[in-house]
Amino acid sequence: MPDTSAPTRPKPVLDIKSQFPVLTRDFGGMALHYLDSAATTQKPVEVIDAMDRFYRESYGTVRRGVYRLSEKATAAYENTRKQVAGLINAASEREIIYTSGTTQSINLVAYSWGGKFLKAGDEIILSQIEHHANIVPWQIIAERMGAVIKVIPVDDSGTLIMDEYKKLLSERTRIVAVNHVSNALGTVNPVKEIARLAHQAGPGGKGAIVLIDGAQSIAHMAVDVRDLDADFYAFSGHKMFGPTGIGILYGKLPILESMPPYQGGGDMIMRVTFAKTTYQAPPHRFEAGTPPIAEVLGLGVAVDWLRRTGLDKINAHEHALLEYGTAVLQDVPGLKLIGTAPGKGAILSFTLDGVHPHDIGTLLDEDGIAIRAGHHCAQPTMDRFGVPATARASIGPYNDATDLDALAKGLRRIGEMFR
Amino acid sequence: MSRSNELYQQVILDHNKNPRNYRALEGSDVLVCEGHNPLCGDHITVYLDLDANGTVNDLGFQGNGCAISKASASMMTAYLKGKSLAEVKTIFSEFHDMVRGEFDPASRENHLGKLTLFQGVKEYSSRIKCASLAWHALMGALDKQQSATTEE
Repeated sequence: MPDTSAPTRPKPVLDIKSQFPVLTRDFGGMALHYLDSAATTQKPVEVIDAMDRFYRESYGTVRRGVYRLSEKATAAYENTRKQVAGLINAASEREIIYTSGTTQSINLVAYSWGGKFLKAGDEIILSQIEHHANIVPWQIIAERMGAVIKVIPVDDSGTLIMDEYKKLLSERTRIVAVNHVSNALGTVNPVKEIARLAHQAGPGGKGAIVLIDGAQSIAHMAVDVRDLDADFYAFSGHKMFGPTGIGILYGKLPILESMPPYQGGGDMIMRVTFAKTTYQAPPHRFEAGTPPIAEVLGLGVAVDWLRRTGLDKINAHEHALLEYGTAVLQDVPGLKLIGTAPGKGAILSFTLDGVHPHDIGTLLDEDGIAIRAGHHCAQPTMDRFGVPATARASIGPYNDATDLDALAKGLRRIGEMFR
Repeated sequence: MSRSNELYQQVILDHNKNPRNYRALEGSDVLVCEGHNPLCGDHITVYLDLDANGTVNDLGFQGNGCAISKASASMMTAYLKGKSLAEVKTIFSEFHDMVRGEFDPASRENHLGKLTLFQGVKEYSSRIKCASLAWHALMGALDKQQSATTEE
């Protein structure tokens, strides 16, 4: 017999909404139910204040000035590298490269590593549920180098079919690039096992390289790049309670040392003459030009906030809400969840019979509910599930059961309206 | 009336649910153009049959889209039958400007008739392209293009 009683609201693990100014402000007498954290997370007040304070009180350039403002900014700027290294358990802060975000991190590897090491006939393995940012850079470099892209399929729940992955691995495999958590479905991929298998393949069985797109994992679970044995790990500041415009590429030092610069400019050189230019060692080799200094400092504060709040607590909080959200959404007539992999992250992707996701998005906005509607920059994922788009509610540590109740109520109203 | 009630009026919901002229037109003279909205991946194919004088003999559409794009396509096909080429172009231009908030149909005489139902779209910058998708496909068909996009 199905259980017809209303799902029980989980006891919140965290109570942190008040730390997020935008979540507590008044939107014309309405509260904001923010359920789009997979697109971007809101910012805690200390991140906002730290960046504001930096611009007001101690702004200066980094790695160039000999005056105190610059020296202090440089110290803080380099300190974020240590904080990020600590967050993901990198062996050294020299393995932490500042980029503009996950997209640039992946492009950096594709152009620099791929441009040097890929040869005609080499194979790049991706999964069927990648974000366009982990597809298109590989297509561009594959075309240039004559490499071939192979795709790991997923089953109907959105789980990678590991047997198919094993069949794709060969001596021709040079790099395997997969996400840790799918942005469109929430699937948590077995990246440690994926890396272990990749490291046994490749030319002469000496190991293919593994890049993990961590955009959707970094703020929601503890990540240990050495335990995963990831060669590269990429993520964005703005999806981890930090500012936009700053992201991270982690790379194992020997691999980074073997790679040419991605972009040329100031601060990435040892010596420039018109005859020959020599480059800095990593990470600075990959950081041409004046970086987003305030954003780096903001990211450092966000990392600090994440560690203090506790990734285990965040994960537990979000999973309790995911379970609750799944239960209340399944009660909505005509609603179908897309992506039901066991142990998935706190993402609820769904369709509603007879209602296009964009209409759902516009109409939920009327109730103060912010969700994402569309293909989520993952059109191959949509194709796999035979839908042009889905609506997606993604959960953050500041959400509570009322957000999911509001969502379910809004969806019922929309369903009736279109009936 | 709330913002979205102005947009999702009963007529629009009805055209979404029971789209008029939702069919492909056959014939070697039929002009066909598939309109794409790269923002959302929606696509609508418009079929246009003009008679020898350039008057719209028949119009049809098929495809996948939200309520706004589907209702807009449905109402467009119903409204333009029997119109001359010159009228079609005038109506397109008025409609296009109206949904972008650049033309208020109340401000002067126009040819939009019940298509003014879509003026609420101007309040939704992310949805303007939904309302104009079928129209872009129609203009593409008139230009003998096989595909058109909402990106200009």
